[in-house]
Amino acid sequence: MYVAVKGGERAIDAAHDWLAEERRGDLSVPELSIAQIREQMALAVNRVMAEGSLYDPDLAALAIKQARGDLIEAVFLIRAYRTTLPRVGASRPVETAAMAVDRRVSATFKDLPGGQVLGPTFDYTHRLLDFSLMAEGEAPSSSIHEERTGGAPEPVPHVTGLLDRDGLIEQALPDDTPPRDLTREPLELPASRALRLQALARADEGFTLSLAYSTQRGYGRTHAFVGELRIGRVAVEIDLPELGFAVEIGEIELTECETVNQFKGSKTEPPQFTRGYGLVMGQSERKAISMSLVDRALRWQELGEDFIGAPAQDEEFVLSHCDNIQATGFLEHIKLPHYVDFQAELELVRRLRREAMAAQEAAQ
Amino acid sequence: MKDYNFAYLDEQTKRMIRRALLKALAVPGYQVPFASREMPMPYGWGTGGVQVTAACLTPGDRLKVIDQGADDTTNAVSIRRFFQRTANVEVTERTAEATVIQTRHRIPEVPLTEGQILVYQVPIPEPLRFLEPRETETRKMHELEEYGLMHVKLYEDIARHGEIATSYAYPVKVEGRYVMDPSPIPKFDNPRLGGNPAIQLFGAGREARIYALPPYSEVVSLDFEDHPFVASKADHCCDLCGSGRSYLDEVITDDQGSRMFVCSDTDYCASRQAEGHRGRLSPERVA
Repeated sequence: MYVAVKGGERAIDAAHDWLAEERRGDLSVPELSIAQIREQMALAVNRVMAEGSLYDPDLAALAIKQARGDLIEAVFLIRAYRTTLPRVGASRPVETAAMAVDRRVSATFKDLPGGQVLGPTFDYTHRLLDFSLMAEGEAPSSSIHEERTGGAPEPVPHVTGLLDRDGLIEQALPDDTPPRDLTREPLELPASRALRLQALARADEGFTLSLAYSTQRGYGRTHAFVGELRIGRVAVEIDLPELGFAVEIGEIELTECETVNQFKGSKTEPPQFTRGYGLVMGQSERKAISMSLVDRALRWQELGEDFIGAPAQDEEFVLSHCDNIQATGFLEHIKLPHYVDFQAELELVRRLRREAMAAQEAAQ
Repeated sequence: MKDYNFAYLDEQTKRMIRRALLKALAVPGYQVPFASREMPMPYGWGTGGVQVTAACLTPGDRLKVIDQGADDTTNAVSIRRFFQRTANVEVTERTAEATVIQTRHRIPEVPLTEGQILVYQVPIPEPLRFLEPRETETRKMHELEEYGLMHVKLYEDIARHGEIATSYAYPVKVEGRYVMDPSPIPKFDNPRLGGNPAIQLFGAGREARIYALPPYSEVVSLDFEDHPFVASKADHCCDLCGSGRSYLDEVITDDQGSRMFVCSDTDYCASRQAEGHRGRLSPERVA
């Protein structure tokens, strides 16, 4: 016997209680602190900050804890919080040439001003499970940190700047037009490169990675070399109108990737190297490299290349589908009730079947 | 809750949305881009509707929220709670008593009146989307009033199936100009879109579009002279209130193929039962 489904409210409360319990897990295991997540799950924190578009390691760590480690859910928590924050002002563009680098590698030159700095990378680790971490022993202390922070950082000029001096790479002309704010204005297409980069900077890492990978496999190939990849801290400055000068309000960690792309010239451009650019908050190399490949692929029109129908070349396709919060929301919403529409479809299919059967019988 | 502004959104954002709403009302059926915000519920859960409702609510309003016609479905409960918490407005389940009604997939059975606002949650605002995936193209098609593709699609349906095989989100033409997606309401509800005394607002959060039907707009469901539009529903009466005129949900009651039909509009059904109407399976009849 059908009883009208009352009690949605009670069900929601109970579900939330259960969720809270599951989040905490076994009570005999100590609870994670925000500081532990921030310090020991730093790359997860970085991803949440990057895709959440909010630089706040503590809040990102909180979001990860609350989301039970579901990073897209954590990004969502950060986004929903971020959107309520008032905009105090806009910073000056950060100067990545003045970055205090922890890591800086170039795949195009063996040595270069500023040097190759390997930094804290997984690149040459052997992926063998380290069972000593399971034993939870204290890691041996290292002298690296003191060395790193000692002394003023040596200037690290951009590789593309070195190429630019010889006229080998396309010029990146300075543009002072204030970029539009994707989070405050609706996206309109075609978008400028600045807006595309803005969208890619907060785009889903997996989606960006796969798109970039597809260009390497021939779907919009752009022949990229990592001209340079750098990770480090830069100062953030804002102009204070009352004072008439800029003051530093803090530091953020960034990952920047500049690709140098082979380019044999097109109908409109002479042969020269071209550029792809990626900039991501926190240490996120995979994302920064992916972003610069996708950026370059999206520039086909500007460089007079052919559109070969590759997904990574298609601005509307990339920008409409790169946001994981939009994607996951719309994907998961199909689990919400659709009784009414389904009922309408049921009636339709029944009617069409009746008619089809009748026609079949008549034919026999 | 003091941490957030009245109805959650800050006043600047509400102002931006109200501007989009006014534009939408001025150009009925036209999709106005707006700077949709990230809301504390996921895209697809009604973020467009919630933003429109937030921009319309005043402290004196009485809010009703329905999903699938029902006030007690979980998402309706969740959205209603959200506004109770952030706006502290009165809420109601009675259609006639509500000043603002947010809905997903239905128009209430009880006729709306002047002064009421009906806010629809919209997943895909573009009626041409499944014919042409590119927004840049579909906007041009609307600009040029180039709706041939839609008529071809409807014609092909008739050629293949003998009728137009769209049962919900059935496209309409507004004031003889824009083809509009009425959101995924069953086509049974389409006749009540036009000539409606209430203001009808449509919010699509993820797609960042708002559109509207001012009161008493002319809204025509697309059809052909020899294949006129028919608003269909299950050919039954409600098993609880006996109504033969309301849209019905089909409920499977056992594993032997038994089923019952009940009004999808819970307020309508409950009111009729309170007035003494009975259906085939009303408790006192069965008992």
